[in-house]
Amino acid sequence: MTKLVIYLVCEPETPELAEAAVDGGADLVELGIPFSDPLAEGPTIRLASERALARGMRTKECLECVAHTRDRVDVPLVPMTYAAILEAYGHERFVDDARAAGATSFIVVDLPVEEHREVPRVQLVAPTSTDERIALCAESTDGWLYLVSLTGTTGARDEVSPALAGLVERTRGITQLPLYAGFGISTPAHAAAVAELADGVVVGSRAVQVAEEGPAALRDYVASLRSAIDAAARV
Amino acid sequence: MTTTFGSYGGRYVPETLIPALDELTAGWEAAKADDSFRAELHALLTSYAGRPTPLTRVERFAPGKRIYLKREDLLHTGAHKLNNALGQAVLARRLRKRRIVAETGAGQHGVATATVCARFGFDCVVYMGAEDMRRQKPNVERMHLLGAEVRAVEFGTKTLKEATSEAIRDWITNVETTHYMIGSCVGPAPYPEIVRDLQRVIGDEAREQLLAAEGRLPEAVVACVGGGSNAIGMFYGFVDDAEVRLVGVEAAGAASLGTGRPAVLHGARSSVLADDDGQIADAHSISAGLDYPGVGPEHAALRDAGRAQYVPCTDDEALDAFHRLTRTEGIIPALESSHALARALDLDAAYVAVCLSGRGDKDLEEVLARS
Repeated sequence: MTKLVIYLVCEPETPELAEAAVDGGADLVELGIPFSDPLAEGPTIRLASERALARGMRTKECLECVAHTRDRVDVPLVPMTYAAILEAYGHERFVDDARAAGATSFIVVDLPVEEHREVPRVQLVAPTSTDERIALCAESTDGWLYLVSLTGTTGARDEVSPALAGLVERTRGITQLPLYAGFGISTPAHAAAVAELADGVVVGSRAVQVAEEGPAALRDYVASLRSAIDAAARV
Repeated sequence: MTTTFGSYGGRYVPETLIPALDELTAGWEAAKADDSFRAELHALLTSYAGRPTPLTRVERFAPGKRIYLKREDLLHTGAHKLNNALGQAVLARRLRKRRIVAETGAGQHGVATATVCARFGFDCVVYMGAEDMRRQKPNVERMHLLGAEVRAVEFGTKTLKEATSEAIRDWITNVETTHYMIGSCVGPAPYPEIVRDLQRVIGDEAREQLLAAEGRLPEAVVACVGGGSNAIGMFYGFVDDAEVRLVGVEAAGAASLGTGRPAVLHGARSSVLADDDGQIADAHSISAGLDYPGVGPEHAALRDAGRAQYVPCTDDEALDAFHRLTRTEGIIPALESSHALARALDLDAAYVAVCLSGRGDKDLEEVLARS
């Protein structure tokens, strides 16, 4: 069955929101630990990160948010952040403390695959990645590969990236690992289209926007993604 | 992290950019080894940019001392930034990239980028903080005249830090057609090395000119440090001369080397104004070109090795030096370079070379508002 991954930025309301996302059918929740200068983010997640930082969501508070989320849900929780956060906190200490809080794995957007192998993490591959780099990422990734479906930053787009099909095909030729696709996926129709290509669908920016309307709105939105994905799988 | 300068440097960028950095590294190595690349760049630097720039002794500015200015203010476009922009333009053409994206703080790198794009027929997009567009208006107008699109960055401190982030995001989005023409010795590898190699012409020329003028090397070499490109270029002419002190001057409110800590910003690990959690702090300087919380990683390595020292200068001290050079020598310096002038005056050395990295026409409004 195609997995549905929902991204939320760590804020005080996030444990409750994550529970709503899981109620709506999310199989995994990424918990964004905000960084002041996030190079891979478009305006939605950048603004959400700025707001979270202004509310005091530093690394310690974010790890508490992971723990509080773990109290409410059983699905895998994957903190997603930037190298600067681990650099300041200490790489091994970060892994230890996040694991103790209930984290399942990690995503570090700007830490190349060759570096800090002591941090087990889900590797990202992009349409620009060479076959050699995809193989390297597949070798060291933690469980699944995150396919960046487009050449660009995070954020909703009108259409699913035409680059995704080619990236999936290329990556399937290199590894048997599950492939989850993200970036630019925001509507049930997008999610259904991606479900026909990949093993998992990651929705970030749009989920962050809907989460601002509260847990009920997020649950309904996630449920709409879930049913579109499941319908696509039945075809 | 596989770093370039001790524990500093590296390539802390999303995977999307790694293949482009590999391509850039290979392209730069090939270009450096290619006589035709070096010959073309040399021809552009001499016949188009105006190299070599002169060395000027300033006796009325510094009575009793022998202070020499390396006159990058006399380079075409009015600052040292053109040395780097020309080199990267020739490189971009070799890499078959015809769209250029850049960030700018004071606007000097934006103008240099717009200039080379006009000269090479490249499309040009420059990101600039809205606050910097206000305080460096003449340079915004110059970029428009040169055919560049200037995109205002309206978030955060609306200065160089955010402009750099947005330029990198544009590059991530358009990496297959676009060369990122970074303006300082910052960013992911190999940028700090490329910019250093292209700016070291300043120090190499200055060393020869000083030897011709005085028959010996100076006691100290002084340059302002924002990202640090004019300083690294000036220092590199003297870095192997152990008896020559290398002094970098930072804005007191943006002293990444003086008061920063190891952190990751804009693709590199360096000394950065950051808090305990690694979040980047805001910098403050009257000078847009120094108003940046990071610095080139090689400067952090030179500091740790004890080879260079980095000292602060306040806004008011820089303004005093700005007026003093203008009134005593008839040279209007950039506010950035004025920081180096201020510290050169009170340095405990008699024979000093200062990199006058740019001219101050762009700063008149800001200076007059404070007079």
